[in-house]
Amino acid sequence: MIWNSPTEFFAMGGYALYVWSAFGMCAVLLVLEPLLIGQRQRAIVQSLRRQVRADQLDGATK
Amino acid sequence: MKHSIIHWFKFSSPASFYPLAGRLIPWFWLLAAVFGLSGLWLSFFVAPTDAVQGEGYRIIFVHVPASWMSMFVYLIMAAWAGLGLVFNTRLSAMMAQALAPTGALMAFLSLWTGSFWGKPMWGTWWIWDARLTSELILLFLYIGFIALQAAIDDPRRADKAGAILALVGVINVPIIYFSVKWWNTLHQGSTVSLTKAPAMAHTMLLGMLLMALCFWMYAVAVALKRVRAIILEREAHTDWVKQLKEVVS
Repeated sequence: MIWNSPTEFFAMGGYALYVWSAFGMCAVLLVLEPLLIGQRQRAIVQSLRRQVRADQLDGATK
Repeated sequence: MKHSIIHWFKFSSPASFYPLAGRLIPWFWLLAAVFGLSGLWLSFFVAPTDAVQGEGYRIIFVHVPASWMSMFVYLIMAAWAGLGLVFNTRLSAMMAQALAPTGALMAFLSLWTGSFWGKPMWGTWWIWDARLTSELILLFLYIGFIALQAAIDDPRRADKAGAILALVGVINVPIIYFSVKWWNTLHQGSTVSLTKAPAMAHTMLLGMLLMALCFWMYAVAVALKRVRAIILEREAHTDWVKQLKEVVS
């Protein structure tokens, strides 16, 4: 193991700001992107469902 | 042979690719997680401290994968766009569209992580040198592709215009890649090259390659996820979409 304590690990030999900003931004964006796509998928599925239900109602009244 | 040709053409239709993509996605997430966890372990707990850059060099474990993927995704995106242009296949254009935001994200991460690496090592967040400028142009090409497609109402025309932009922009990728050789730049030369032995410790190299595989698998999973949403949006008028079980139930 190259670190003697968690504090030493998080200090990154004085480069904490740079190392954690780089890794942090990657982590945030790589989590955010799939979440946003999930939202997009749910939105289109919901609108399709409404459309199908509307079509069914149309058919029933004819 | 005949059988396999039919098989592949079958999956070039959105209706059969949609469920296939849905089945593939979890496997790519799994691969991304396995490569990512082992890569991070090597990056932070096994790879030794660098003799010159101390612990600051560890940014390489995200910087290089993001940079590689930003270029690789562009090539794949341009290839799909070109296929769509030549064969007029709907799915190819949707694939190109699905890849663009992920490519833009990788280009942004490459610039962001590079900036946080440049500041402590070179003393500056940004410099207009060949490598950095051409990578910034790559980000603008992605944004331009997305904006151009969004600006044209007719999706088939948007696909064509986007494809031409994507194909013209391909010229930028070798420029980025060879910029450190062609010009005198502040950016260091390639750490890993196909022609000579890598100039780094084995554990560093392995960590970087695992992280690159993680980013690659992530990009595939996310692009497949996005192409599914795009397929539904663009095929909303078709019967097969209206008969999907997630829509009907």
